[in-house]
This record gives sequence, C-alpha cells and structure tokens, in this order.
Amino acid sequence: MAPDVTARRWLSAAARWETGLAVLLLLIVVLGAAASPQFLTTSNLFNLLVTSGEVAIMALPMTLIIISGEIDLSVASILGMSSALLGYLWSIHWPMLAIFAVLVLLGAVAGLVNGLLVTRLGLPSLAVTIGTLALYRGIALMILGPKTISNFPAPYNTIGVIAVPHTDIPWSMAIFVVLAVISGVVLHATATGRSLYAMGASPEAALFSGIRVKRIKTILFVVSGVVCSLAGVLWTFRLATAVQNNGLGLELNVVAVVLLAGVSIFGGKGSIGGVVLAVLAFAGLANALLLTNFNQEATGIVFGAVLLISVFAPNAGALWARLGRLRKHQRPVRPARQ
Amino acid sequence: MTPAAAPVLSLRHAAKSFGAVQAVADGSLELSAGEVHALVGENGAGKSTLVKMLAGLHRPDAGELLVDGKPVALPSPAAAQAAGIAVIYQEPTLFPDLTVAENIFMGRQPLLPGRRIDRRLMRAQSAALFGRLGVPLDPGRICRGLSIADQQLAEIAKALSRDARVIVMDEPTAALSAAEVARLFEVVRTLRAAGAAVLFISHRLEEVFEICQRVTVMRDGRQVLSSELAGLTADDLVRAMVGRQMPERTAGERSEPGELVLRVERLTREGVFTGISLAVRAGEIVALAGLVGSGRTEVARAVFGIDRYDAGTVAVSGRQLRKASPSAAMAAGVGYVPADRRQQGLVMDMSVQQNVALASLAGLRRAGLVRSAAERAFAADWAQRLRLKYGRLTDPVSLLSGGNQQKVVLAKWLGRRPALLIVDEPTRGIDIATKAEVHQLLVQLAQQGVAILMISSELPEVLHIGDRILVMREGRLTAEYSHREASEEKIMAAATGQLAVQAP
Ligand SMILES: Nc1ncnc2c1ncn2[C@@H]1O[C@H](COP(=O)(O)OP(=O)(O)OP(=O)(O)O)[C@@H](O)[C@H]1O
Ligand SMILES: [Mg+2]
Repeated sequence: MAPDVTARRWLSAAARWETGLAVLLLLIVVLGAAASPQFLTTSNLFNLLVTSGEVAIMALPMTLIIISGEIDLSVASILGMSSALLGYLWSIHWPMLAIFAVLVLLGAVAGLVNGLLVTRLGLPSLAVTIGTLALYRGIALMILGPKTISNFPAPYNTIGVIAVPHTDIPWSMAIFVVLAVISGVVLHATATGRSLYAMGASPEAALFSGIRVKRIKTILFVVSGVVCSLAGVLWTFRLATAVQNNGLGLELNVVAVVLLAGVSIFGGKGSIGGVVLAVLAFAGLANALLLTNFNQEATGIVFGAVLLISVFAPNAGALWARLGRLRKHQRPVRPARQ
Repeated sequence: MTPAAAPVLSLRHAAKSFGAVQAVADGSLELSAGEVHALVGENGAGKSTLVKMLAGLHRPDAGELLVDGKPVALPSPAAAQAAGIAVIYQEPTLFPDLTVAENIFMGRQPLLPGRRIDRRLMRAQSAALFGRLGVPLDPGRICRGLSIADQQLAEIAKALSRDARVIVMDEPTAALSAAEVARLFEVVRTLRAAGAAVLFISHRLEEVFEICQRVTVMRDGRQVLSSELAGLTADDLVRAMVGRQMPERTAGERSEPGELVLRVERLTREGVFTGISLAVRAGEIVALAGLVGSGRTEVARAVFGIDRYDAGTVAVSGRQLRKASPSAAMAAGVGYVPADRRQQGLVMDMSVQQNVALASLAGLRRAGLVRSAAERAFAADWAQRLRLKYGRLTDPVSLLSGGNQQKVVLAKWLGRRPALLIVDEPTRGIDIATKAEVHQLLVQLAQQGVAILMISSELPEVLHIGDRILVMREGRLTAEYSHREASEEKIMAAATGQLAVQAP
C-alpha cells in the first residue's frame, strides 16, 4: 500500500476513533433504553457507574503506561494485595488512617519493583508484570489466607454505595473524573506527556532527545501501583469484604477498556478522552447485557469480540497487507531460468 | 553516444500530489538499455516520488508510462516487478533473519518434489548471481549484521534473478564508504554492460559524472533538463537544479577560537575506542574524519551520554559530565545530531512541529504546560531559517523528503542554542545547495561562539569547513591536522593506516 494512503488512513482513523466511540456509546444508550425501561433510571445509572469505578481508575495509569510502550498486568493483583492488607490490618485493630498510609506505600513499592525490573534490568514489561501478577496475588493470599474480613466501620463502609453530597455521582466516579483530568493534562499538555508519546513511538529517538526514558517509566509504574492500591480500598469498601482474591482477573478488563479507547498496544498513540468514552461504553454495555437478561455465559464472548475488534480495527490495513503476503507465499513458483 | 533502440522505459508528464503538496508536477524520464541515467534535483524536488511511481507504490495522478514502447499501469509493486523494474532503496528492505539466498528467492523458492525448498539450488543460483556481479558475497549468510553496502548488493542480485531490465537506485551511496561506493560502481558497470538500464539518484555530482551517461534534472516536481552528460559541467547541473545562483561557497571569516568548551580525556570503551583525548574550543569547528566503523560515532555517543565508557573523562565548559546521561549532557549545553535520522533523530510518527520542539519543550512552557502557539511559532521560525520544504507543520515528519527530514533534525538541535554541537554526517542525503547552506550555517554558528564537533565521511566537507581535523582509525586517534596543513591524501593515509612519515 502506498505510504501516503496508509498515512492518511492512519491519521483520519486516529481522529475518528473517539468519534466512533461516542457513536458506540450513544448506540448502547439508545439500545439499552429501548431494551429495558430500567436502563436510564437514576439508580441504574448510579449502579452502572459504581460497578465500573475501579476499572476506570486503573485504566488511567494503564493508558499512560501503554502509550509509553510498556504494559502493567499486575494491576488487579496489586488491588487484591491492597485489599488483603487492608482487611488484615483492620482485623488487628490498626487505625484506618495509618492503614491508608501503609497501603499507599504498598502500592508504591509494588510499582517500584515493576518499574525497576523493567528499566534497570531491561526486561520486557509483559513478562515482568505477568510475574508480579502471580507474585502479588500470592502475597495477598499469604497476608489474609482464606479469611474474609467484613466488619468495616461506618463512614467507610458506605463509600462504595453513596453519592458525593448534592450529586448523583458515586465517589469512585468522582475520583475517576479528578484523576482523568490530571492524566489528561499531563498526557496532552505537558512535556512529560509528549515524552510518553515519543518513547512509545520511537524509544531510540526519545533517548537521543534527552528524554529520561527509564526514570519516567519507573515513575509511571509507581503511580500505577499507588492508584491500584487505592482502587483496592474502593473495591473492598464497595463489596464490604476483604478477601485475597478480590479483583481476580480484572487486569483484562482494564486492558480491554484501554484498547477500546483507541490506545495502540504498540505504544505512541491514544488519548484520555478516548479512555473516558471507553469506560462509559464498557460500563453501559455490561449493564445493558445484565438488564436484558442476556445469556450471562455469553457476555465473555461479547467483551472478547469488542476487544478483538478494537485491536484489529486500527491495524486493519497492516494486517490485510500481511495476509496478502502470506497468501502469496503459499504458492511459490520456480524462479525464471537464467 | 546515442541510445540505438527505443527506450526501455519512458515516463511522460507524470504528476502526483499528496493533498495540497504537488510532489511531481510534470515528471518525464527516458531510460535506454545499457545506460546509467542520473536523476538529480534538490531535496523535495520529487525524485523519490517519481521512483515510487516506477516501483508501483504510488499511482500517478496523470501521465503515461511506456515499457518497451507499450503503455503499462503499475498498480502494485508486483506489477512493477513483472514489468522488469526493480528498485533499490537507500535502506534495503531485506528480511533480517533470513539468509541472503533466501531473500533473493523470497516468494519464488525453487522447489523439490513434495514442495520442499531446494536449498542447494537456491544457494548455487545465488552464488552464480554474485559471480556475474563480480562480488564475493556468501549466499548462506544471515542478512542481519550485513553492511548496508552488502545488503544493497543482495538487493541487486535479487533484481537480476527476476530478470529486471530497469534497476532504480534511490541514493544508494549516501551511507556507503568510499571503497564501498567504488565496489558498487563496478557492479553498476557490469549491469550496464549486460544491457540493463540503471537509474541512479545521488546528491554527489562527482559520482554522477563518474558513472552516468545521461542525466535528468528535476526542479519543483518538473523535469527541467534531460541530456547527455558529456559536455555538461557540475555548475550547469547545479544551475538547472536550483534555478538560481548558488550561494557563495565562502567559508567566511573565522574568529580566533575562544574558551575551551569540550575536553575529552583518555576516553576508552573496551573494544570500541581507546584513549581518545580531544578538545573543542568555542568558535571552532573540529572535524573528525576516518573510515566508516573507525569508532567516530561511538565516541560521539559516549560524549553525549548514550553509551557508557570504561575509562576517561568528558568535561563541558569546565564541568565534568555524568556518564550515560543525555539529559545531563544537554543541560551542560551539548546537542547531538545523530547520523541515523529515521531511528535516532526523529520520531517518524510525530509531526514536523513536534519533532522540531521535542528537545526544547522545557523552554516552551508556561506554568508547566506546553503552549501550542509557542511551539508552532518556534517550529515555523526554524523551518523558515533552514528553508524547510513542507506541507503543513502538523503533517507527520515521515512525509518530508529525506533532505528535509535532516533539516528538521538540525532545527531540533539548533533550537536549543547549544554551546557544543556534535553533528554526525550532517549533510548525508542533503542536496548540493542545501549542503552549502548547512556548511554556511555551521560556520555562522561557530562565528557566534558555538563549539562544533563534526563527524563526516566526506573529505571535501571536512577540508572545507574544519578548522582542525582529527583522524580516527580502528578506535584510536591517529592524526591531527590544522586546516592549513590538511589534505585529502594525508587524511586518507591516516584513516587507512598507510601513514607516511609525518612532517615535523
Ligand atoms: N507520502 C507523502 N505525503 C505527502 N507529501 C509527500 C509524500 N511523499 C513526498 N511528499 C512531499 O513531496 C515532495 C517531494 O518529495 P520526494 O521525497 O519525492 O523528494 P526527493 O526529490 O526525493 O528529495 P530528497 O533529495 O530530499 O530525497 C516533498 O515536498 C515531500 O514533502
Ligand atoms: Mg528522496
């Protein structure tokens, strides 16, 4: 394919990805409302937002990490570890504020381990964080064992179910909005944000431009750890239970949201606006499927399909070309005699 | 010498535009069997675009293409191949993990019964091809790690194996050493003797005069001259290319070198370079000459903090630089224009504007936020100073022509107003007029007190603007000449090790 065509297609696709997402979101709302009278009720929308709060929050640092050309698959395990430690420390009567401080530290250390393994040892983050995914979940199990802690005290145990005063917005969504604004500004308006795109698009050119690739990546992993630890707190209070397998497998939802947002899995492309839209579309879809008594076993298929399409669509051109090449190779011909 | 038969290939009044950019407005070209035809023109004149039309990568908006007198359309690279046209790009496009032979027969492997690939035949045929070309390249070698020159030869062999009669080479010599260029030219002569038509693109006119018989000059997307080379001078070509008077090649008054800016002492990286000591003063251009692979780039990388070194020190303006930290080097006022602009100099997916600003974002901020208006003005300013040819500043930099991409890298570093500017092959792929401008620019910078360390494989360039010339060979500094005492012979002797008895 001619480079100019590819480039133009790429550019317009990037410009239109968010538009497409907005249309998708609208479609979900319209279809959801048509399918179930409950869909647009305040209580349902509240519910919808509440249940996707943690994934939404964790998707923000994940977005920055993927744009910078890395990935963090340990997010849900950090959430679980944080939840387990919260339960354990509360069960041995620590004051809540001290627990929060410890959890922030826990997230930071967990992220730092990821970051150092990736930047100092030069290991691929995919492998490193698959390792720490297992490791951190194992630590959660060690901390809490098979126990379930659920006697959390008054103001905290309602955080997951009440709205910010004078609004209909759940706390977790309010936190998401604040973090989204911060991430959006950092990514789209600061030198650091520009550096993230450069690192993802061309690691070597970023290094030759004096960008502190290792330091920035380490910080990103630390931030991700802290945010995921915070998500662990929200999760625990929302479900009012701390168990070691809290949020098991949630990293896939987080990655799915980020990819649906149009962030390139190869790094260098994506926007926070897209993530906000993708969070809402994902939550809306899950909720609509639930309300319409959609065969629950099949929701996995729907999400899987959405994920595949969102990875496939931006790269359709390249994949098509590759298929073409493969097809050609299947019928080798004798070289011309000479 | 007049071509006897009808032209093998003739392209008439071709046009191609990309959005608002008219890359080729009226491109015509006629290639005959047994001739090496030069295609020259300024950066952005449309040469590569023309080539891509012949390669089946771009579809012309207008014009017609005749092969052997018959009109053909080239909707795809496969169609171009079928028409007997092969294109060899500056950066060859081989599969790095396959052998040379496998690459040559990619997609057309000779088969044994049972559809197994006949490796022996493939090797033998590849060896025969290299035999015809007169170069001893082992067909069994994996392509990764082959020099660019060797990869080009593999591409040429591939073209031959497909019975290509038109072989197009887009700036094949830009990244080659002198010896490699000589070897390539031998191969080109062989091709020519075998009756192929070769289209040769280069910004080095001495190469054009050495190897070509005819020339086509393009300016602003149009053919402005097509003629026999015999009887033309380099000046004639340049006039046709630029359509205006060449900027004077005066080097300008040199001021006395000032303060010591860069001091490198006994810098050593095991197995790469050893005991490098050098100094560059403010207002001085120090040229680092030597063969490709002599360790010059590696020294520059170590100074700029890309690579670690094992021993020695680097100090800028009297302060010692931290090892392996480009940001520390930049803070001390060092800028580095790397040789590989596509990988190291530019983020190809980013816009022209973002690339120009990438190293200067700190200065374009207010309250921590990058002001896009300031960024735009900054990029526009430098684009104008360097006479950058572009469509929009927000276009991806990958759409610029090669030479204009190089200007973007220069702008990116000049924009930081460095105290020490290290430039690695600063005029690679840059046209002759722009090259003079870049030289002028480097001289002006020196006059303004910038210390410049220039790595260059082009001896005329080294002799033209270097105040002092250092020569490296196999990781060591082997000679130092002042501007006055240097000559091509002396530099070559020091670079290759045939160092004559040095005059006292
Ligand atoms: N795919 C593209 N999309 C948009 N503009 C393009 C594209 N390819 C080339 N151009 C523009 O067309 C013009 C001609 O480019 P081209 O690459 O053909 O120049 P060139 O003669 O090969 O120059 P150089 O000597 O620098 O390689 C340039 O202004 C370039 O920016
Ligand atoms: Mg070109």
